[in-house]
Amino acid sequence: MHPAKSVIFFTTASGAGYGLLVWLVVFTARGDLMPQAGFGLAAFGLAFALIVAGLLSSTFHLGHPERAWRAMSQWRTSWLSREGLSAIVTFLPTGLFAASWVLLGDVGPRAMQLGMLGAALSLLTVYCTAMIYQSLKPIPAWSNRWTAPAYLTLSLASGAVLLAALAALFGLDAAPVIAKVVLALLALGLVVKLAQWHSVLNAASMSTANSATGLGLEPGQRVRLVAAPHTEDNYLLKEMGFHIARKHADKLRRVATVFGFVAPFLLIATAIGIGMGTPTATALIITATALAAIGIVTERWLVFAEARHVVTLYYGEEAA
Amino acid sequence: MTSLPDQPSSKKLGLVIDLDICVGCHACAVNCKEWNTGGHMAPLTDLMPYGAEPTGVWFNRIHAFEVETVDADGTVVDSTAVYFPKSCLHCETAPCVTVCPTGASYKRPEDGIVLVNQDICIGCKLCSWACPYGAREYDEDEGVMKKCTLCVDKIYNENLAPESRVPACVSTCPAGARSFGDLGDPNSDVSRLVASRGGYELMPEQGTKPVNRYLPPRPKQPQHRKQAQRAIEDGEALAPRMLDHGADAAPAGVLARWADRVLSR
Repeated sequence: MHPAKSVIFFTTASGAGYGLLVWLVVFTARGDLMPQAGFGLAAFGLAFALIVAGLLSSTFHLGHPERAWRAMSQWRTSWLSREGLSAIVTFLPTGLFAASWVLLGDVGPRAMQLGMLGAALSLLTVYCTAMIYQSLKPIPAWSNRWTAPAYLTLSLASGAVLLAALAALFGLDAAPVIAKVVLALLALGLVVKLAQWHSVLNAASMSTANSATGLGLEPGQRVRLVAAPHTEDNYLLKEMGFHIARKHADKLRRVATVFGFVAPFLLIATAIGIGMGTPTATALIITATALAAIGIVTERWLVFAEARHVVTLYYGEEAA
Repeated sequence: MTSLPDQPSSKKLGLVIDLDICVGCHACAVNCKEWNTGGHMAPLTDLMPYGAEPTGVWFNRIHAFEVETVDADGTVVDSTAVYFPKSCLHCETAPCVTVCPTGASYKRPEDGIVLVNQDICIGCKLCSWACPYGAREYDEDEGVMKKCTLCVDKIYNENLAPESRVPACVSTCPAGARSFGDLGDPNSDVSRLVASRGGYELMPEQGTKPVNRYLPPRPKQPQHRKQAQRAIEDGEALAPRMLDHGADAAPAGVLARWADRVLSR
């Protein structure tokens, strides 16, 4: 599948933004985070900036961005519609929670109820995004039960990394506990990704060139394409036949593993060892955040670029 | 409305494509382009039509496949060319319809035709990802998705003679490889044709319940198989069958042999 930059940016940026919101609610509820205008402005500001930038960027790949509002109407059947609706609705409780936190310094029971609702809706939005992909049967790599867990885990992990970086920069007392949660999430994220890769690489193909054409089904027969319908790449081949990443898939998987999970884990563990609050620890955490960003974007690029679509069976692939 | 119709219509208009007859001339694709570039989903935009890499929107594409039969050693013992026209199959549980976030993609309750309302399509392309068959092609110039309309503006057109009220690909096929009709009516001509020839669905495992059917190539006649077998035994496997112009090869009548002798002097 062609990896549209706008969609990669949207899923990674808004995923991290929603993850950050969830952790702001959770650590506030636990009493680890206390309202503090500067930190609140930075943290909620970053979360909303990532979410809004991601949502805006997702409209850039549309043929008619000005009609994007229509995408809210078909929530009964369409996960894309549900995602749009959920994203809009999420702004209300999360926005009120952020305002209460930053402007009023109020994290009382009513504010926390709004926060919990916002956190749940944030996760629902990420789940809807994942289900857009998981529900596409013609793309076996996505139509896989690990897709939604991977999106949710990576959203929570990347959001937590951002919160750890902000906590370190602001020298918060909560920085060590947040960093420990990050370690757990990075480990969990890697396990889920490895499970997903394993499942995708070892899945039997549901459709073949034989089932696509209904030809060559007798024993000893095989079917192969001898002439394509057109001389130049058409829309289908440009969109569904993208294959540059498949050649480098193993290499890219290593980049995603090391940059996205292993290196940030080691750097943050070292920072905890040195003692949070020291300039070295803060520098390590900032470096870990930058590496994780590279790793997660690589991972998402690979999710798109590596996925095969069964329509390629009509263009010479034997199984998909 | 992108929900599928609550009450699926008993009428299921669709195509039956006979792979035994199709000669791969692309006339169906060309006439489809001709009709539809001025039809319901017009225009069928071409980009750089005279440039180095011309591309454009087509509703119908003709692929060419070869079915090979191999023996236990992996030697090819038989081969058949199959021309394979492919267009929208107007699926009963069309995934392209239910994924649409705007309601632009819809299935008509009255006859099962799947269409796109170009006025509300946002061009997100998700429907083309959801279709296993590659039936939808995005129009980069117009920013909307386009697809086969089953010539909805032709098949009901009362200004046309009744025999012309069939999709453009059907009326133009010089070999008669394409049939159009109601596949929901078990007594229609197309349903009988499908039943008699063992018509099949493409990728039934995708669960889309396509309406269009394909008729398989008929098996080769036994004497042709034997001929191919002999050629293989003689070490001339798959050599094209040519007329033999050798002097005394083909059996000929007395008159022809005499004429041959006289003229060869």
